[in-house]
Order: sequence, then structure tokens, then C-alpha cells
Amino acid sequence: MTHRPIHELTDAYRRGDLTPTAAAEDYLARIGALDGKIGAYLTVVRDQALAAARESEARWSAGSPRGPLDGAPIAVKDVLCTAGVRTTCGSKMLERFVPPYDATTVERLRAAGAVILGKTNLDEFAMGSSTEHSAYHPTRNPWDLTRVPGGSSGGSAAAVAGGLAAGAYGSDTGGSIRQPAAFCGVVGMKPTYGRVSRYGLIALASSLDQIGPFAQDVTDAAHLLAAVAGHDPHDATSIEAPVPDYAAELPKGVAGLTLGMPDEYFPDGMDPEVERAVRAAIDVLKGLGAKIERVSLPTTPHALAAYYVILPAEASSNLARYDGVKYGLRVAGRDLIDMESRTRSAGFGAEVKRRIMLGTYVLSAGYYDAYYGKAQSVRTLVRREFAAAFAKVDLIVAPTTPNVPFKHGEKQDPLSMYLNDVFTIPGNLSGIPGVSVPCGFSAAGLPIGLQVLGRPLDEARVLRAAYAYEQATSWRSRRPELT
Amino acid sequence: MIERKDVEHVARLTRLALSDAELERMREQLNSILAHLDTLRAVPTEGVEPTSHAVDVVNVMRDDTEGQCLSQADALANAPDPRGDLFRVPRIIEE
Amino acid sequence: MSAAAPKYETVIGLEVHAQLLTRSKMFCGCPTTFGARPNTQTCPVCLGMPGSLPVVNRRAVEFGIRTALAFGCRINDACRFARKHYYYPDMPKNYQISQYEEPLAENGALEIEAEGGTRTIGIQRLHLEEDVGKLLHEGTLETAQASLVDFNRSGVPLMETVSRPELRSPEEAATYLKAFRAVLIFLGVCDGNMEEGSLRCDANISIRPHGSTTLGTKVEIKNLNSFRNVQRALEFEERRQAQALDAGERIVQETRLWEADRGYTRSMRSKEFAHDYRYFPEPDLVPLQIDRRWVEEIKGSLPELPRAWRRRAVAQYGLPPYDAEVLTQSRALVDYYEAALHEWSPAAGAGAERPKILSNWIMSELLRVLPGDDERAIGASPIPPARLVGLLQLIENATISGKIAKDVFQKMFDTGDDARTIVERDGLTQVADEGALGQVIESVMAANPKAIEDYRRGKKEAKGALVGQVMKATRGKANPALVNRLLEDKLSQT
Repeated sequence: MTHRPIHELTDAYRRGDLTPTAAAEDYLARIGALDGKIGAYLTVVRDQALAAARESEARWSAGSPRGPLDGAPIAVKDVLCTAGVRTTCGSKMLERFVPPYDATTVERLRAAGAVILGKTNLDEFAMGSSTEHSAYHPTRNPWDLTRVPGGSSGGSAAAVAGGLAAGAYGSDTGGSIRQPAAFCGVVGMKPTYGRVSRYGLIALASSLDQIGPFAQDVTDAAHLLAAVAGHDPHDATSIEAPVPDYAAELPKGVAGLTLGMPDEYFPDGMDPEVERAVRAAIDVLKGLGAKIERVSLPTTPHALAAYYVILPAEASSNLARYDGVKYGLRVAGRDLIDMESRTRSAGFGAEVKRRIMLGTYVLSAGYYDAYYGKAQSVRTLVRREFAAAFAKVDLIVAPTTPNVPFKHGEKQDPLSMYLNDVFTIPGNLSGIPGVSVPCGFSAAGLPIGLQVLGRPLDEARVLRAAYAYEQATSWRSRRPELT
Repeated sequence: MIERKDVEHVARLTRLALSDAELERMREQLNSILAHLDTLRAVPTEGVEPTSHAVDVVNVMRDDTEGQCLSQADALANAPDPRGDLFRVPRIIEE
Repeated sequence: MSAAAPKYETVIGLEVHAQLLTRSKMFCGCPTTFGARPNTQTCPVCLGMPGSLPVVNRRAVEFGIRTALAFGCRINDACRFARKHYYYPDMPKNYQISQYEEPLAENGALEIEAEGGTRTIGIQRLHLEEDVGKLLHEGTLETAQASLVDFNRSGVPLMETVSRPELRSPEEAATYLKAFRAVLIFLGVCDGNMEEGSLRCDANISIRPHGSTTLGTKVEIKNLNSFRNVQRALEFEERRQAQALDAGERIVQETRLWEADRGYTRSMRSKEFAHDYRYFPEPDLVPLQIDRRWVEEIKGSLPELPRAWRRRAVAQYGLPPYDAEVLTQSRALVDYYEAALHEWSPAAGAGAERPKILSNWIMSELLRVLPGDDERAIGASPIPPARLVGLLQLIENATISGKIAKDVFQKMFDTGDDARTIVERDGLTQVADEGALGQVIESVMAANPKAIEDYRRGKKEAKGALVGQVMKATRGKANPALVNRLLEDKLSQT
């Protein structure tokens, strides 16, 4: 009854066929029944959710709902601070950390009347592409429980795919929304850098992180984005430009738009099923009136290396604060340095330690220019190439991932894990918006995603193209079988 | 090529206590990652300004007005060893 | 003259950290007031909590620009913030947001009075950063089993200035610091309170053989919390380094702590293992492009600085340099003086001796009851400038004597009443009636024949004794000049 997009739930609230409380109860029951298998959640806030649902219900009864998210049962990646509710970042380091403040995104969601069901699982400190690196438990892909949901926002993606939340929020630094969205057969969007406030988002890489929505369809994604986008005086990197009415723009279609297909995003050796599905999707868009052109983004093969210099550098800096002094885990030591070292060694998992070491190394004396300076210059090249491409085309269409969801434990080598993000990383380096929308399944029934990238602050056009494709197909009506 | 002593130095800088086995594994993994990162050398970037800020915005500043503080209780609520009004830490030995 | 053996010359540079008098912190809205209960002036940002983000305080930038202009620095067109990484428990993020390659301003100077005349000491750079929290130790730092942290101070705006290594003696260093502090106080950007730590100083000192052009190994000295300690610490260090070099030892580049109670510096940590601060541009903040119009606006609002005022006071008002020095202890005191002077002598040329009379009264009376370097106290003086002038006018027009005026001053200070009210109420008007005075003088003379005899025989002091008697008889209210004249007449008549 409730596993429907948010916009259909609110229609039902309006008609009186369904109440927010009943919807919340239903989702909580599903979580209780199924999350043991999926592992999407780290914390469920039953009482708070029901209280919020009841308040929403009162507003709907009075005919004065706050907006399209009033009463929407959603989940929030456990990387966003929620006042009074523990926020772990998937790490032992913050196992008992209870923030005294809400992230701006969370504040806006509460103001919109959303019903937050709980905090979802992630790769520890958002470092990963499979949600296997959470310190608590792995999350499983609802389409095939032996496979990963992607990462780092695997919990949020799996929650939406598995019907354990009607929508969700994650964070995307190198693809951590788009890649799990593709792996879980849902819509996932990373907005333009600066479009959504990062205040209260536990930082991974400050110049790359963005918050964005997971949704069952593009209409929901538009509403979920609009509710949290916009300038925040608490975030000096947040953009002042007004937020358009994304939902209103959706039906404009793609006739007359030029879409670019980058040569470098269809490399030899990519999974042939993925390639087939994505090319077919692009043909659909062509059939809807879009013009398709080839573009070239020659620095693409180096974007991964540049990212894996910049991200660890900024992350090592952002994670320096976890030292057992003011909050979080403390392991006793014979003196301060000993305490800090033991705390950090016990509190961080292997992948986090690896990236901290790498980041500290590339910033250290004598290596800055060769690594960090160089990587940031390569980043400038990546940005320029996108800008040049967008002078010719309105949007870029490409696969979201080079592969379909892999099995748990399959990718042990760090480098092979990093390769999951080849198609998403350049979008982060450039700060441009991108969405992943379901575009098919492999023969084994594993989801495949189509990625649409746009100019900075052109979320409306990105979503419009995704919507046009979505409405011309029916991938979203297929759901994983879960009992 | 990172040597064992480089790994130890970096671990010290960033306050990570790694066992011998971990140090060795870290050395191997970092070397293989760095070998991949070294491919950046080949990219021509003469005259290309590094991106140090992700938005093309300047001069974001706030007015000098007082905002809301946390209560002392909230400030200390997550402290591993709160003592009265203060955060307590083990003895500090100069390096 | 350097205290070191004459064969060496001393090279000193000073690094000064000044807490800025903004209402709120550098990167968040927490208040900056000193002395609050620990950890009651914090927020997620200045506690370095996960997810927090900094936003620059515009007034801190304004104060930085103001200071840079006062020192003749070049304000950079663009400046950036950078992260400076090191581990210490008073630094919540384990990095400090500071400025590195692109500071706010560079290349200024400060003129100081040194032996042999005026010297210009270069100021290399001026930048903004955030202060750290306060550490308390359960015992001393060496013996404590634990330490305690108060983050109220974390995030308070700091302005760091680095002088060029152009100071040549410990005394000069102390003079530089005094002059530097006075400028900051005059600008209203810092209260200069070294005991409370709103102004802090570290010194770098090296010595080299006379005539050498290469610099010796420099040693950093910390924990200098007063002018006296700056001088004492550097004098000790000069001697220590000279003794070491004389003994053929090498100076180790290190940081040393001045132990004021014990009178020596001790090694803190070796700077040979220099901190690897791993600076990179702060990604959470955007660059500042300093608008030239803003700079011009600030320039237009700069007050006259201490040295310039002193020069003008000597030239225009004829004040002795000593007086000018005392009066420039604070901007409020200079303002007080100027206000009083203009109240008394709005027209130029009237009363050439008034500037000095006013200066004398301020130095001997006002500064007896109020601290001259306390901006607030002077600004809130119970005797405002116009009232002081009122008192001085009563002396000038002989309504009261100078001696009586001092009593009146104290009463003005205690009661808040003006001079005329007090004089009338207490009947302190000077007696200047020649007839009445003449009678008093005659009775005093009649009662003191020996004094008159002594005077006749050449003892001039005897006259003073008679004057004293007259003043006593009139309870101090006789006009002294008149008494002298009348007494003189009478003495010469007999």
C-alpha cells in the first residue's frame, strides 16, 4: 500500500485515503521485518518518526500541509548531524556521538514536515563504493542480497530500493549517491557543488562533498532536492542563486536539446550489458527529440588519480579532529599522544587509515607540489573540458558505473574498488550536477543506471531529461522481491 | 617509493599507532596507490592554475554579531572525560 | 648597548599576536568576552565538532586592514585562508585556520625611539587567524598527570604581525613592543592587555660576531607576557648564546620557554624537527578580494597615531616630549587633552601657557586618580574635560589659589559636582581684598618680631615663614601673590 513514490503518498494524504501516521507505521513495520536482511539502517527513530507523522497528519487534516514533503517517510545517511540522535558516520570513532545541532539539510526537512525514519548505513566516513566498510555491518543489495548496494551511501539507496523509506538523502563526493542509485535501481542525484548547504554534513573532502536525494522517481527527486537546496549563511561555499521550481520544469521534455556522449565513458572492457543498456537509453532520448553528439573529455583517464590525491588530502585534514579529546571514542593511554594514537587506531577502519596516511603523505613537506598541486591543476583541466563540452551540448549522457553490482568480498584490492567511480568522479571534480536514473537490468536481474550531467546550476535541465527518459520507460515499476 | 621510515614518520604526524604488520601492509598498499597517482606526472599542466576553491565566489563574510552559543552542558555532553566545567586530557609530554 | 660581550651583535625579531576587539569570534558568532565561565562561549564551529563550517568575521578583516594601514603595509589585492596542521589539545580541529602564502598585508614599518635616534623597524607581514583554547594543568606542565581545556578562547580573532629581524637589543625589542601596543590601542583594535593574554609576544634572537653579515642560528623564545619579561628574557638569552659561542659550542635552533620566576630560558622542543604544518588553502572559505574603496574608507577613519600626535604636540603646543609621551598612553587620554584644550583655548594665540598648565594638571592630578592607559576609565572620567577647564579657569582668574584648587579637584572627583559649585558651597573663594589681607599681615607681623628681625639681617627664608603664617590665618584662601606683594611692601616700610 505504501511502497509508492512520495508524490503519490501525499496525493493519498490529500484525498484522505491514507494518513502520514499509517504510512510511517507501515514503513517502520517493513524496517522491522526486512532490515535484518538488508542492513540499510544504523538507527531507527521510531518515537520521533511517529511524533512527526502525527503532526503532519494534523496539518493535512486542517488542509494546511507545508509542502510536497509533508508527511514523507524518509531516511538520512548517517553522515548528517541530527540533534539528539546519534550520528556515527559508520565508524566506531563516533559510535556514541550525539550532535547538539541539526545539519541545515535536516533543519529544512523538519521544516518541510518530512518524517525522518532513521539514519542509514554507509562506508565508514563515506570512504568507499560498496558499503562493506561500515564499522557496524554491511548493507546488502535488495535486488540480490549476495551483492553490494554500492557506496558510500549504500544504506540510503537500499532503503529506497527495498521499500524501507519512500525517499532518502545521501552524500556524493566521488559518486557516493549516483553509483549506489545505479546499483539499486533508483534515482540518485548529486547537485552542483554549493547548491545544498554542507553545514552539519560530516566532512570527507570539503571541496567535493555534496548532499543529494535518493528517490523512487524523478518527480520525487525534484521535490527532495528543492526542499533542501539554497543559500545558507552557515556555509561560506553555498551559492546564493535562487532555487528554481524543479518539479514544474520536468515535463518540458528533451526535444531540441543536444546531448553529448563522451568517447572516454565508453571504454573497451566495460561491462557489455551496461554498455548495451546505456546506449539503448540514449536511443530512447534520441527518439524523444534530443540530438546526440560525440564529445571528448581527454583528461578523463587522469581524473581518478587526481581525485585520489585531493580526496585523501582533504579527508586526512578533516579527520584530524578525531582524537578522543572533545567527543567520540577515547582509548586510554599513558599520555596524550599515546591516547590519541590508540584512539585513532582503534576508532578508524583500514580504508580510513589508508586514506588518512595517503593524504598526510601527499600534503607533507616536499610532496605538496608533485601531488596536491599537480592534482589540482589536472582538476582545472577536467573542469575546462566540461565547460568546453557544454558550449556545444546541453547535457552529457553516459553510464553511471562501468559495472553491475558485484558480490560482497569480491573487490579486496583498494585500487580495484576505486575504479568503480571512474564515471562519477569527474562530475565531483568539476562541481557539476548529475543524476543517475534506472535504465535497465542485466540478464541476472541487476540494475543499471544512466547518468545525465549538466552545467553548473542546471539541475532543472538535468532532471527534465531524466524525467523524459523515465516517463518513456517503465523500469520503475519493477521492484526487488523481498520477503 | 615510500620506505618503512617514511610510513612511520607519516603515522606519527597523523597520530596513528600501527603495528609492524600494519606498517608493512600500509607501505605496500601506499606504494601501489602512489604508483598509480604518479601517472599524473605525464599530464601537461604548464600554466594551468590549480583549483583551490570549488565555487567561483569571493568575499563571503558575516557581520560581527553575536549568535547562539551551546549551553555548557551541550558542549561537554560528548566529552570522554568531562571534569566540572572543563575537558580533561591525559598528561601532555612535549615531543 | 647590547648586554652581550662586545664582540657579538644581537639580532631580534618579534612576532606579536593581538586578540581583536570584535564582538564575536573569527569564524562563528560566539562572544569574545574575557573571563566567562569555562566552555560557556562555544558552538559546534569553535569546538570543531563534526560537520561544522567557518564563516569569516568582516570586522576582523576591517581591523586587520586598519592596522595594516597604520603600519604603512601594502594590503594585498587578494588573500586566502589556509589550514595549519599540528596536534595540540587546545586546538579543536587539530588544524588552525590561518593565512600562509597570501596574507592580508605585507611590508610595513614601525618607527621607534632608540639609542642614537629614531629607528625604523620593518614589519614583514600581517595576517588573521583563530586563537586556540586555554589549557590548565593539574599542577605544572612538567608534573601534571592531566590537563584541562577551556574552549571559550578557541576561535577568537587573532592578528599576527611578524617584524623583520631588525631589532638590535633587548631594550629595543621592549620599546618596539610598547610602541606597537600603543598603536593597536589607539586604533581601537586590541586592548593590549598582556596579563589577560590579549597581546602576546614571541621573540626570535640570534647573535653573530660584530661585522658579520650572515645571521647566527636563531632561537625562539616564548612566554613573554610583559615588556619587562621581553627585555629580561632576551638579555638572558643574549648572555647564554654568547657564553656558548665563547666556549666553542654550537647554538641549537630550538624553542625555549622564559621562566620569569627563575630568570632563565629553558629548552622546550627542538625546532630542528620543524613542524610539518602541511599548509593548504582552506577549502571551506572563499578568497577575499579586498575592495580598494573599502580600504580608502578605513584609511579616512584612521585616528592620529601616537607618534604623529606627539610630534604635533611638541611643535604646535610647545609641550615637552616627556609630557607628550605620558599623554599618549591611550587614545582616550589624548582625546581628553584635546577636548580640554579646545574648550579652554578655542581661539589660537590665547594663553600660550595653557597647554602646559593643562598637561601638568592631567599628569599630576587626573592620573593620580585614574589609570592613563585605561580607555574606558578615562573615557568615563567623573571629571570630564570641560569641568577640568572650569576649574583651571577659576585659578586663572584668581578666584582660588592653585593649592585650594587641588582640594577642589578631589572633591569634584568624589562628588561629580563642578568647580564653581564646590567653591561657593565651601566658601573657598580666595581672599584678595587688600584691606582685609593687610590687617591679617599686620597681626602676623606683630606676632612674629623675631622673623622680621631675621629677615632684616638677610635671612630671606624668614619672609616665607611669615607668608606661611598669613596663609594659615586665612585657611589657605589668601591670594599668595598678593600676600607676597603686601608683605614685601610692609617689610620694606618698617
